This record gives sequence, C-alpha cells and structure tokens, in this order.
Amino acid sequence: MLELRRVSKRFVGVVATDEVTLEVKSGEVHALIGPNGAGKTTLISQISGTLPSDRGEIRFDGRDITHARPYERVKLGLARSYQITSIFKRFTVLDNLALAVQARSGSSFSFWRPVAAEGSLFDEARSVAGEIGLSQKLSSIAATLAHGEQRALEVGLALATRPKLVLLDEPLAGMGPEEAQRMIALIDRVRSRVTVLLVEHDMDAVFRLANRISVLVDGRLIASGAPEAIRADEQVRKAYLGDEVAA
Amino acid sequence: MKRSIAVFIVLLGFPLVMSAIDNLFYVSFASRVIIYAIAATSLNLVLGYGGMISFGHAAFVGAGAYSASICIAEGVTSAWLGWPAAIAASALAAWLIGAVSLRTRGVYFIMITLAFAQMAFYLVNSMKAYGGDEGLTLPQRAELGLGLDLGNEVVFYYVVLFFLAISLYGLHRVMQSRFGRVVVAIRENEARAEAIGLPVHRYQLACFVIAGAVAGLAGALLASHGKYVNPNVLHWVQSGTLMIMVILGGVGRLWGGAIGAFVLLGLEHVISDYPIPWLAAVAPNYPQHANLGVGLVMLAIVLFAPHGVAGLLSRRRGA
Repeated sequence: MLELRRVSKRFVGVVATDEVTLEVKSGEVHALIGPNGAGKTTLISQISGTLPSDRGEIRFDGRDITHARPYERVKLGLARSYQITSIFKRFTVLDNLALAVQARSGSSFSFWRPVAAEGSLFDEARSVAGEIGLSQKLSSIAATLAHGEQRALEVGLALATRPKLVLLDEPLAGMGPEEAQRMIALIDRVRSRVTVLLVEHDMDAVFRLANRISVLVDGRLIASGAPEAIRADEQVRKAYLGDEVAA
Repeated sequence: MKRSIAVFIVLLGFPLVMSAIDNLFYVSFASRVIIYAIAATSLNLVLGYGGMISFGHAAFVGAGAYSASICIAEGVTSAWLGWPAAIAASALAAWLIGAVSLRTRGVYFIMITLAFAQMAFYLVNSMKAYGGDEGLTLPQRAELGLGLDLGNEVVFYYVVLFFLAISLYGLHRVMQSRFGRVVVAIRENEARAEAIGLPVHRYQLACFVIAGAVAGLAGALLASHGKYVNPNVLHWVQSGTLMIMVILGGVGRLWGGAIGAFVLLGLEHVISDYPIPWLAAVAPNYPQHANLGVGLVMLAIVLFAPHGVAGLLSRRRGA
C-alpha cells in the first residue's frame, strides 16, 4: 500500500533519513521504532509531504506521491497525526472533527450556506467522537481537554478524513497508563479498516499491536520483520531494544 | 442580530434628523465614515478572520478608486459600469498580489504586501494622464439612474449605507459557511488544516481576493464621495489607518471594522474641530496633531481591551 524506495533527507550537516526502503502492506499495523533522533518523525513528515525528500521515491496505492502536496496525499487517503498535539485549540471537539469531515467531503468553496445546516457533517463527526471516546465532550473547547483527550482528538482528526492509511506519530506520548490502554484499544479497533504506520516508544504497545516492525537507527533501516524476529535480532537488541525486552 | 438591526435603524434615521436641523455636513461626514467602515470590514476578513496581516490593503481601495475615477473622467459616468469595473480591477490586483505574497509568512508577508502597495502608489503617481501626483478631480459623482441622484448627500448616504449592510451581512453569512470555517481554521492552525486535506493556499487566496474586491467597491464610493482621487489613497499610511481601525474596533469581530472607522474618524474630527479650551491655552496647535490623541486611545485599547471596542460592547468574550 505504501512503498518507500531509498528515501533520504539531509539537513545541514546531518543525515536524517538515509536511503530508507520500506513497505507497509494493506491491513497491517506496521510499527516504526528506533532511538530518539533516529529520524522517525522526519520519515513520517516525508511520507505525509510536509518535508520534501532529497532523494528516493514514495508510492502510495500504486501512485507516485513523491512530489505531491500534503493535502493531495490526504485526499488520496494518507492521513497523519502529530507527536506534538496539533488540533484546533479554540474550536470545540465537534467543530474540530466536523472540519476534518468537511475537508474530506467535497469542496469548501461554498460561501453562503451555513455549515450548521449540513447535518451529515456533524453526524459523522459525532460518530468519530464516539469512536475516540469523546462523546461526552462534544461541546468542550479543545484546549480545555485533558492531555489524553487531546491526544485522542489528535488521532480523531486523522481518522475523520477516512484514510486508507494513517501515520500515527507517537500517539501514546505523555500518556498515563490508563490513557495509554485506551489509545491502544482505539488503534486495535480501527485496524480492521485502516492500515497503520505506528511510530511509538512504548514497546508494550508496539508488541501488542504490530504485525510487522521496522527499526530505524541513525536514519537507516537496520531491520524489518515480524515482531518475534525483531525481538530476536541481535543487531536490534544491541542498537536499541537492550534490556527493555530482555526484562 | 437584534443589536445590529437596532444600529441600522439609528443609521437610517440619522440623515432625516440632520436634514431637519439643516446640517448636511454631518451626513456627508457620515458617508465617509461608512465608506471607511466598508474598507475596514474587508480588511478584517483578511486580517481578523483569516489571520493574514496584510499591510497593503490601501492598494485595493486605491485600485477601485482610480478605476472608478478613470471611468468618470473618460465619460463613463454610470455607476453600473464604473463600480463593477472598480471591483474587478481590485479583485484582479488582489489575485496577483495575493498569489505571490501568500507564499510567504509572518513578517515577510507584512513586508511584501507593503511593498506591492507602495509600488502601486508610485505607479499612480506616475500616471500623468490621470493627474499624476496632483490627483484627479471629477466633474461629478457616478450616476446610478433609477431616479436616485448621488449628487444629493442624503441619497448618497443611503447608497453607501446599503453597501455597508450588504458587506456586514455577507461577512456574517460567509463566516458561517464552509469557506468561512476553513478560513478561520487556517488562521488557528495552518499546518493541521493542510494535514486534514485542505489546500491552504487556495483558500487564503480566495479570501484575499474577496476582501480586495470589497475594498475596491469602497474605493469607488470614496472617489465619488469626494469627487476627487489622489495617490495618497494608496499610500502606506492609508493601509496603516485601515489596520488601526480594525484593531480599535475588534480584530475578527463582525462589527470590528465599522466600529473602528467610526471611532477613529470620529476622534480625529472631534479633536481637530472641537479644541478643549484649557488644553488649547497651553498648546494652541494641538488640534493639528489629532493623531496624538488617537494614539493614546489606541494604546488604551491594546492594553485594556485586546478585543477592541466591539469586544468591550459584547457580552460574549473571546470567540
């Protein structure tokens, strides 16, 4: 579904991603792990289009999207969530989600008809809110939500665009154990209809959710395979997993 | 909504009262305030709702003012031709300027819009055929037909009031439409707006063009009002004045631009035409420096009423 071929990104003096070749297959939860600074977020930004790639090719759903604008990628069904929460803070939860639904459902060059008259936008937004566990918070201003709820809305904004593949950049960042369980359950629920590329530091979550795992170290992909294989991989253990998995 | 209607009822009655006491100066003055209210409202769409800090809005007022004036100077006196031409010229100017400027952000956007407006200012300065730096005096106001004589101050007043009403109602409707929601969303979080699939540049440009078109209408009205236009209508100080109106009145508030125009032009008039005796005794020339007083009010608004006068009057804070 998503193929990266020798994708690279270089910042001044630093190689952020170095000839990464990776394939995410339809229907899987593919985890991307690696130590801090390994280039995971850079790679997500290259896939979502916010960072242009220096070299390499990105194909999605059979199309070359290497040079497509970020919004064009979303239209093709490739959405993302951010590691640092990026929501419409001064909008209500419902308005946040309705906006994402609106972005997906046709043009917004409509100047006269009130959005409020479009019941279907809000119905769908409510159903996404239900899915991410925010049904009770529809009219809350997003900025006033608890951290975990904001993270859920972050993922909800991506899901509301009805993606075929969603890039989740550390959805569990900063979450308490209870919130984390809820997020894991959410990802587990949507995996039946959305392919997921998951960047995550929480190894418990990664090994519970992932069908396949790729390991990025210093911008290079050092391993890619089934969870058991990755867990057993000597190189990966040395570079990254270390005691965490052994324990 | 109720309060907006109440304000319009007062505005509808205003020239009747002034006619009764035979004071047409204030009818003409009010027309000028209303024209600026339209221009400031159009800037508020870009600046307040869209979050695009355009420092070149006078270029679009000027494009409209000059287009309409040139029509009249060339003998095309019908408002039905001159005003649409003004709107079209300003929309085109906004499209060209916006297409380039909106590729930049922050301080660069402020500076590039300013630079374009100054280029337009020097362009009209050099248009010798239409008065150059001395400006262009018009033999008459535009003609509306329909038995309405725009030369009559009261009729002219009602026509500009009509356009203010349309501008405000239009802004109100647009901000509730899909387009309006997108414009505000881009202001709030541009990166996320693009990440949910919105072509940010396209929507911003559309917003910029709509605002430019409305500013062009205001320019056409302004030229007819004074039967005169000169390059100063495009000067950067004019862009600054419109910006001050929006900030005084209320950034991103429906009535912000209109209230700002009323407060600013009203203050200028009161300070320069009604000297305070004790202050005049100390500083006889102070009425010539009305901007000092305006500056103090501006300071107070920014410090104590960040949502402008409209925010002070509103029961609803924030939003």
